[in-house]
Amino acid sequence: MISLREALHVLAAHRGQRIVITTMSPIAPWHELSDTPLDFAYIPSAMGQAPALGLGLALAQPERGVIVVNGDGCMLMNLGCLITLANHPANLYVLIIDNSQYEVTGGQPTAGAGRADFAGLARAAGIRRVYSYDRIEAWRKGAAEALTGDGPVAIWLKVEPKKGQKTPAPPRPMAEQVDSLKKTLLS
Amino acid sequence: MLDGPSVAAALKGCGVTHVVWIPDSELGTWDQALSSDSDLQLIRVCREGEAIAVAAGLMLGGKHPVVAIQCTGLFEAGDSLRNIVHDMKLPIFMIVGLRGYYAYQQKKTSDTCPVFAEPILKAWQIPYTILENRHTAADLAHAYRQAQAENRAAAVCLAE
Repeated sequence: MISLREALHVLAAHRGQRIVITTMSPIAPWHELSDTPLDFAYIPSAMGQAPALGLGLALAQPERGVIVVNGDGCMLMNLGCLITLANHPANLYVLIIDNSQYEVTGGQPTAGAGRADFAGLARAAGIRRVYSYDRIEAWRKGAAEALTGDGPVAIWLKVEPKKGQKTPAPPRPMAEQVDSLKKTLLS
Repeated sequence: MLDGPSVAAALKGCGVTHVVWIPDSELGTWDQALSSDSDLQLIRVCREGEAIAVAAGLMLGGKHPVVAIQCTGLFEAGDSLRNIVHDMKLPIFMIVGLRGYYAYQQKKTSDTCPVFAEPILKAWQIPYTILENRHTAADLAHAYRQAQAENRAAAVCLAE
């Protein structure tokens, strides 16, 4: 198992100039690592729609690239998006942060806890570049390859579950984030 | 009457870049015209809430999408609509196939879609226009331009 903070540290070292969309538990630790107009804390969100939002951005900004840091619970709410991503090649990298629980609501297990094979699901959906890591050493070693090259890419990270996590809060109001991201992308 | 070629031409004339959709049987007749037009990108998704989120990402990145879905999908897409229109305040434009509209007007259907489609749009505070058989793609274009000029979300409901 990988700690969430360690996983995000590795991502920070490899994200380059790409847009990073975070959801749920990763929002607060990512904000401590990176706070630029290209860091989009998707909260309040539409449940399960961060990969779709990222796909739209990646299609609109093909040279930029987009990384979506999604939870396993969020993925389960919209598994069909894996099919959509496979059908529309774009520089989109989806990290599936799998702690097998709904961390922000108190740690209840997800319906797929301990059984859902997100790498298998991504491959079956037609995504060709799929990576899985359950040890920090392997993620450190593999991140450079996984986070470069043509997308879509699905990266399944098994992370340690935590109890007693706070409900995430946006680092800035959504309207401010939207304006800041648009200005940066379109200037 | 809105057919594929006239809709494709109208959307292009409005500067639309992408159509994100899950068609119904009426919208589906536009597939050939939309998918063969090199100036429009047709994005096929798996669920309607996803269509709205993809369109939102396109808008953030500077493109001009429309979403085309059936009213049944509109019902599914409520959380996306709430978030994208009211939290992110992005002026999404939707074309919604209104299944059973004419049969409902004539009291010849038990389909509940036409019962709920307009109240749902009102509940989500999405201004809408119903396009009937007498309307043309010019009316669609007018609704789109008006919504864009006012920087607000909007829908046209295609009476079926």
